[in-house]
Amino acid sequence: MAPLSNATGTTDAEVPALPGDGLREAVVADLRSNIGEALLDVRLDPGVDLWARVATESWRDAGLALRDAGFRYFCFLSAIDWMPSPFGRGEDDPSAPPPERRTEIVQGYTGGSTRFQVFARLTDIDRHVGITIKADVPDDDQAVDSWTPVYAGADWHERETHEMFGISFRGHPDLRNMYLPTDFEGHPLRKDFPLLARIVKPWPGIVDVEPLPGEPEEADTEEKGE
Amino acid sequence: MLAVDLPYWAQSLLRVLGGTVAVLLPAGTIVYIFLFKMMSFMQSRLGPMEAGPYGSMQLFAEVGKWLQKEDIQPENADKRIFRIAPLVVLVSTFLLVAVVPFGPDAYFTDFEAGIFYALAVSSISVLGILMAGWSSANKYSLLGGLRAAGQLIAYELPMVLAVIGVVIQAGTMNMQGIVERQNAGSIFGWDGLGNPYILTQFVGFLVFMIAIQAELTQAPFDMPIAESELVSGYMTEYSGFRFLMFFIAEFATVGVFTLIASVLFLGGWGVPFSWFGWSSIDDVDDWMNVVGPLIMITKMLALSFLIMWVRFSYPRLREDQLQRFAWKVLIPVSVANIMVTAILKVVF
Amino acid sequence: MTDLIDRQKLSYIAAQAADARLNVELETEGMTLNIGPQHPATHGTLRIIVRLDGEQVVWADPSAGYMHRGYEKLVEVRTYPQVNTLINRIDWLGSFANEVPFILAAEQLMGIEAPARAQWIRAVFFELSRIANVGLFLGDLGVQLGAITPVFMAFRDREYVLNLIEGATGGRFHPNFDRIGGLKDDLPKGWIDETRQVMKKQRQFADEIEDLLFGNKIFQDRTRGIGVIPAAVAQSYGLSGANLRASGVDWDLRRDQKVALPYDQLDFKVWTHPDGDCFARCWVRLQEFREATRIVEQLLDGIPSGPVMAKVPRIIKVPEGEVYVSTENPLGEMGYYVVSQGDLGPFRVRIRTASFNNISVVPWVLRGVYVPDVISILASLYFILGDIDK
Repeated sequence: MAPLSNATGTTDAEVPALPGDGLREAVVADLRSNIGEALLDVRLDPGVDLWARVATESWRDAGLALRDAGFRYFCFLSAIDWMPSPFGRGEDDPSAPPPERRTEIVQGYTGGSTRFQVFARLTDIDRHVGITIKADVPDDDQAVDSWTPVYAGADWHERETHEMFGISFRGHPDLRNMYLPTDFEGHPLRKDFPLLARIVKPWPGIVDVEPLPGEPEEADTEEKGE
Repeated sequence: MLAVDLPYWAQSLLRVLGGTVAVLLPAGTIVYIFLFKMMSFMQSRLGPMEAGPYGSMQLFAEVGKWLQKEDIQPENADKRIFRIAPLVVLVSTFLLVAVVPFGPDAYFTDFEAGIFYALAVSSISVLGILMAGWSSANKYSLLGGLRAAGQLIAYELPMVLAVIGVVIQAGTMNMQGIVERQNAGSIFGWDGLGNPYILTQFVGFLVFMIAIQAELTQAPFDMPIAESELVSGYMTEYSGFRFLMFFIAEFATVGVFTLIASVLFLGGWGVPFSWFGWSSIDDVDDWMNVVGPLIMITKMLALSFLIMWVRFSYPRLREDQLQRFAWKVLIPVSVANIMVTAILKVVF
Repeated sequence: MTDLIDRQKLSYIAAQAADARLNVELETEGMTLNIGPQHPATHGTLRIIVRLDGEQVVWADPSAGYMHRGYEKLVEVRTYPQVNTLINRIDWLGSFANEVPFILAAEQLMGIEAPARAQWIRAVFFELSRIANVGLFLGDLGVQLGAITPVFMAFRDREYVLNLIEGATGGRFHPNFDRIGGLKDDLPKGWIDETRQVMKKQRQFADEIEDLLFGNKIFQDRTRGIGVIPAAVAQSYGLSGANLRASGVDWDLRRDQKVALPYDQLDFKVWTHPDGDCFARCWVRLQEFREATRIVEQLLDGIPSGPVMAKVPRIIKVPEGEVYVSTENPLGEMGYYVVSQGDLGPFRVRIRTASFNNISVVPWVLRGVYVPDVISILASLYFILGDIDK
């Protein structure tokens, strides 16, 4: 079981316990007692925010446990694609060779081991605390359990996540596209899906400048490059 | 009345022209004064100002605009009925104005059962609306047409019942007769104001005005044309000249119904006869034939002001609330009005 | 099973029965009607497919996405200041409010604190955008229900607020005034006094609307008891803003969450209503409109002096981290989950918009209502298309 990562870079160890401190710890303890080993990693910024990562098989159970613990407000549900974009920002000079880009997948808070992660944000209105809960999506079978039995509002969010990332949700009643037409091919928010606007026409930092009519033609050396 | 004895065809021509003027002039006046200007002032804006001085030519500009638009007919529409529907609605207005008297001798026809005919004929527009709704091959139009059918038929009853009170009090269904009774009559012996039935038939007047508001599908009863839901209701698929006919019919019917209301409740074309020492309709001077229409128009404008004022102020009722209002409130009230009128008529 | 309450079970059964009745007894098909995408009632291109039985809705399915601009993809190729320009346009009626959570998120990741004066002025503009947004709602409410007059007054009175925003920022609809670390500029001279006058006018406008619309018996008939959303359902769908508070849930992010904006130093009331019907939602927004004017006046009284921009490096690189910041926007709760990997621009931004959740409840709430009530419910839920579709 992964150790608790309590990472705030706390250099001043004399920081007194801020109000609300015990609250988030209590939430973590509650969750751990409900799903036990499935709680893989936790990040707790005292008095600020709380992240948790659960095992993929316990995605729905974690949701149920949190809902029963008081997190009845469903904020949102989505996914993150941790692969760095192979296209960069689309501002590269097309005449120069493409620059070296990072390719290793580095997950953010609470770690992880897959390219995709689903994450959801829930709020407990009575105790004024929110939690971000994440789960890995296995690379070979990109599917997790649906949260529609847990929160009715997850319906639309899962549809959007499915169309944007290609992650399917087992048990979702009606998994069709939210924003895009039904026959759209591809999953736009994946990093390997290019932003065509930037591919087709590079960002104008390197654009040709046409001379005004009547002005003498600029020398050809002015055209390419800055 | 006229100094020259005209042959029949000339009289008919005059009547036709007069009828057209009697329908279109109120429509135009109401559209300009109330729809363009009064509504704008109530909404703290100016309204049309460009066409003509203070926008007075806007109406002609609009008519011209609508006339030169392409007449689009949906492919799936039932073409013949689609084309006839606006005509039916407009025709009912013209038929209605035939019984409205404008002066002691200035009338188109003088039926003995004038008001009865008017009430019967006013239902023809319902047919036109239904035809428009069904033949448009558009679900919105259909919804609008169905709502209109239910609403217009429901509100005919209060209208009729309110009029019965007037008829009982006047003792005649003849429109000229009603005008005469009002202007020659007196209230408890004082004849300074005649006996306009708005005073004695106040309940009937209210019911009648509400019923007209619904018959004309004006807010708060404009479910059939609920613009924010049904785009334009049964008029959605119409364009060009046919839409112009619906538009004119809407405001012309406002004009004609308020003309009828002013005949029934405000004393029509006359002023109290006692002001000039007349005692019956035969005594009335001939110049009243010229002044009478002017008086009618004034009274008509006053009543249409009320109708338009309510139209611009109130949100609209839902269809079932509308029906509930008609059947559970207006009809019992108007029936009670009839009973009271009948009792009082016998007693006094 | 889900946390279905009895009403939903009943309406589900009623819907099934309606279908059965339609198809078997009468042997007629129910009518399927498209409300939108081009429709006077929807604030933009929202398409709702309803299946009708006469005038009753049997099921409804909103189909959003006609205005999808792909913001979450677009921000991945932009730097943080460039993102600011983009997200102005999510909720275009109260656009300063869209910038605020993102800027606060970036500042939190960088560890920068904007100076106090900047935070107070941010709060003023935040509330002004709320006034502009809800002002339009109050006018539009009448139009949806058939009263065509209030909307003109709403537009006229909204102009004052837009002029204020333009006077300080240069843009009426898209001020683009917030910067990471503070604001672009300070307020012009005389602006504060002008704002005080305008706030008085806005309160007069609110009184006018209340007279004209809310007391009207027809308005009450059209909105009371229509579209009731119980508190539990509202929370499980993630409704926010006035929609949530009208169902009786006392939750306002200005008061209940710690944000950098100085709401903890102000005294304001959070309005709730127990009914959860259309009237409740409209009423809560009206009260919030008035409350916003009072908040602005309190803020103006207390703006501290000082700089409006903190010391921020010229090229903004946000260190690695993740943060979720949400604020009580005019439409509801708007939040940005920003994932940064130390670059010039964000790695992933999840834009949590209020109207997306607010409209997701439409299939549930429209079961069994009449067609005119559909319009009432949509009007009271109050969405902006850009907010649904990002």
